[in-house]
Amino acid sequence: MEYGKNISVQNAKLWYGDFQALKGIDMEISEHSVTAFIGPSGCGKSTFLKCFNRMNDLVNGCKIEGNFKIGEVDIYDKATDVNELRKNVGMVFQKPNPFPMSVYDNIAYGPRTFGIKKRKQLDEIVENSLRAAAMWEELKDRLSKSALGLSGGQQQRLCIARALAVKPKIILMDEPTSALDPISTGKIEELCEELKSTTTIVIVTHNMQQATRISDKTGFFLMGELVEYGDTDDIFNAPKRTETERYITGRFG
Amino acid sequence: MSIRKIFEAELADLKTELVEMCRLTETMIENSIEALVKRDRELGKSVGEMDKRVDEYEMDIEKRCMRILLKQQPVAKDFREVSTALKMITDIERFGDQASDIGDLVYTMPGERYIKELHYIRKMGDLAVKMVHDSVNSFVQNDEALADAVIAADDIMDELFLTVKNELILLIKQDVKNGDQAIELMMVAKYLERIGDHAVNVAEWTKYYETGVHLKF
Repeated sequence: MEYGKNISVQNAKLWYGDFQALKGIDMEISEHSVTAFIGPSGCGKSTFLKCFNRMNDLVNGCKIEGNFKIGEVDIYDKATDVNELRKNVGMVFQKPNPFPMSVYDNIAYGPRTFGIKKRKQLDEIVENSLRAAAMWEELKDRLSKSALGLSGGQQQRLCIARALAVKPKIILMDEPTSALDPISTGKIEELCEELKSTTTIVIVTHNMQQATRISDKTGFFLMGELVEYGDTDDIFNAPKRTETERYITGRFG
Repeated sequence: MSIRKIFEAELADLKTELVEMCRLTETMIENSIEALVKRDRELGKSVGEMDKRVDEYEMDIEKRCMRILLKQQPVAKDFREVSTALKMITDIERFGDQASDIGDLVYTMPGERYIKELHYIRKMGDLAVKMVHDSVNSFVQNDEALADAVIAADDIMDELFLTVKNELILLIKQDVKNGDQAIELMMVAKYLERIGDHAVNVAEWTKYYETGVHLKF
């Protein structure tokens, strides 16, 4: 069974204790696409995103049902190695979270975990990852400096570079630009467009314009349900469901 | 007032101004035909002067739309509403241009007796005013059926134009001296027929606004 770049979900249900956060979601995400999840706070979009690399496993009292496949791999199968899953499905969070170590060590951390020790090989990975995140030129002379000294936007892109270092097939982004200025936001959006050729990207965003700019497909979530899922152009031009229209035009509530 | 309410008030103001612009062009078409029928050169000339106000409306509404797009970054039906208004004003401005052209023709036409009854041209004028009125109303009142009626009315307009054209051809064949005036009346008929086409454009944009699909009829 091999990890692929496509995601297939049937009848996803999730409970936090007694509270049902996802109520039977079906979704197919094709490879090399950018998919945006939108919806009001508490609608289940981040919860659903975190199912794809089993981040919800870390939450006490969380129960998950349904069928989740990344490529051929049933990711909730007992035989699935979670570390291997997270190597293939990287994640970038709302708040940049570089490790308190050098730029170099941040990027090399993942590959080292997976057994790569040779300096030359690590050098190559660090350079390629920073190049893929369009940061090589600005950081090549600061590799030994602490990552915590970078700006917020640089830290976030470093986190993307760190995720890329283990060559993931899919990258999950949970509101990756909500704490960033417009210039850093623009750089991350450009990056999404570039990374599409090698990975599949799923992004949670509260920024409607961002969803229209960068995503191919958009899913609108409301109270644990996927209300509408389709081409981004259609969703933002002529949504089929009234709830979607009301939310994206700010009439919701 | 909430941001959403402010936005809705801006959209309402936009529609009010669109209606005002449209009503002005209706008056221009009515006046141009009245000037033609009554051979009132001054009335004809005044239509051209009204066209400046139409141009001002166009610029003003364009600015409103741009400001809304910039400030509100609308999506879905809100976006279609603003983009529809932005496209419509081009056609509404053309209503004014065509009426103004008829007014100019009346002003410069020699004061000879008409070579024919203006019955069908007047019918075309009445229909043009109705199509213009209904096309913009279909948008303002979210009335897709009215937009369909405007699109259907264009067939009647085309038939009337053909009737006028055939009559004028016959008159030229009968006497070449009829030629000059026949060509001028033919131009009036053509301007009115074009107003019908622009009203259809406006109706098509209303349908886009309602459905999200822009079809040409």
